[in-house]
Amino acid sequence: MIGIKPILRKELADHLSSYRFIILFALIAMVSLITVYMAGLNIKKDLEGVAKPQFVFLMIFTSSGALFSLQQFVAFFGPLIGLILGFDTINRERNEGTLSKLLSQPIYRDDVINGKFLAGVIIIAVMMAAIILVITGLGLSILGVVPGIEELWRIFIYLFISIIYISFWLGVAMLFSIIFRSVATSALAALAVWIFFSFFVSLGASVLAGAMTPDAGSSDPEAVMRRATIERAVSLTSPMELYTGSTSTIIDPMRKTNRMFVQMGIMEQLSISRFAGPLSLGQSVVVVLPYIISMIAITIVCFAISYMVFMRQEIRSL
Amino acid sequence: METNPIIETSELTKVYNGQVAVDRLTLRIPEGEVFGFLGPNGAGKTTTLLMLLGLTEPTGGTARVFGVDPTREPVRVKGLIGYLQENMGFYGDLNARQMLAFVAELNRLPRDVAGQRMEEALEKVGLSHEPKKKISAYSRGMRQRLGIAELLIKDPKVVFLDEPTLGLDPDATNRMIELIEGLCREKKMTVLLSSHMLHLVQKICHRVGIMIKGRMVAQGPMDQLAKEKLGIGSERYSLEEIYMKYFQEVKP
Repeated sequence: MIGIKPILRKELADHLSSYRFIILFALIAMVSLITVYMAGLNIKKDLEGVAKPQFVFLMIFTSSGALFSLQQFVAFFGPLIGLILGFDTINRERNEGTLSKLLSQPIYRDDVINGKFLAGVIIIAVMMAAIILVITGLGLSILGVVPGIEELWRIFIYLFISIIYISFWLGVAMLFSIIFRSVATSALAALAVWIFFSFFVSLGASVLAGAMTPDAGSSDPEAVMRRATIERAVSLTSPMELYTGSTSTIIDPMRKTNRMFVQMGIMEQLSISRFAGPLSLGQSVVVVLPYIISMIAITIVCFAISYMVFMRQEIRSL
Repeated sequence: METNPIIETSELTKVYNGQVAVDRLTLRIPEGEVFGFLGPNGAGKTTTLLMLLGLTEPTGGTARVFGVDPTREPVRVKGLIGYLQENMGFYGDLNARQMLAFVAELNRLPRDVAGQRMEEALEKVGLSHEPKKKISAYSRGMRQRLGIAELLIKDPKVVFLDEPTLGLDPDATNRMIELIEGLCREKKMTVLLSSHMLHLVQKICHRVGIMIKGRMVAQGPMDQLAKEKLGIGSERYSLEEIYMKYFQEVKP
């Protein structure tokens, strides 16, 4: 780990001074600010003359202003931050001949990849923290509500989950930048994987579940349950599903579970709405802990694969 | 001249995908020697250097640099060797000082030492007059000279120079040759020079080795090789003749 500091410092400087980062940051900051501003105005209008619900402040993250809520925005486009920061990490250096120069200096080979990954994670963390802080401030002035300590904790956990989620995609992009020599190939491969896991998996899940339980209906409630279970199992292979599942429970205390309810008729709906109290922070975390751990796990696995591939590559073929 | 060897290999072999790149190479280079490493492109010279640096694992045989095994302790070995690689890459958006500062940082040099060496090195290679110029705007000759400056910052005991004059114009080549001679004479570095510039090799090298298709076909002082191959006394040969002689023998 001795050589990681200079590499980390250089990577951070490179990121912060690159047009890529500036454009990305400006774009995301702009969209989130607009989204939250619209959401704030809507919430304010809805709440006029009504007693304020308990967790009104957190609603700026989940209620949609115009088209989508901030939480949905990060779920959809957060991965792009990771992909854009990471898709040419290793192969750009390889093509420019700087990688073998770096490796002929007295540092360990893993310092290079560790430093680069860590720098990416720091950039993501700084970016997300800055945006969420600004949004919190904006929410304060629009809603005129001060968030309580529990709400602040929830926002903090939300930030933490978002950083892990985006870091996972950074890891994927880095893996492709190690495997493929061409920058264009690695960028396209990373994009393809992102689109597949974020959009097609959830579509495929319902199609697959439907095909496997053709006789589901009111006559066969068992099959309805099976269909829901299959659909859920398949869609959980998508990191986006893990992210939306965990963040919506964290940010909305009224949600008791991250599962979809299978409701059979009016009585069940009534019985659910009878117990409509907020969940305490600890309980919310317990509910989504498996999701968070899964996200950390896939991030680590992805990085470990990159690490192994990188350590075994022949310098000659670099 | 025969002091304890700084670089020592025995039966060093490297096989890439079934192709033998380096075939049972045995080499001893004593301290302070300038060793010329000759051979056609793809003969395995660069692979040998990479194995000595610990960047590539040998398939068989052993290598020692200062008695250290490069495969086991690559970081120690890389700290001892300065490597001027073929087709060297630079971070184009840095300027010369930033690049050298980065190299100094990677070598964990204290700031004051690094700063002092940096000024000396830039002065020496003639790159101190345009401090703000980015490396992406450098000519090929300037890049190679910056490579030499990197070596001076690191100030190693041994340097590997892989094709240092490749693709340079005559003027740039001459400046490069002067700098390399400086490394040999003033800094008393042990040099492993791989080059196709035979007159350069003849001028500064004590001993040469000729490598063809992964095998070291000849090794020794130039006088001796000349005597063996051309059958004439010293002074009246050129290295080119010796080289071509060996090359033609192996070719068929």
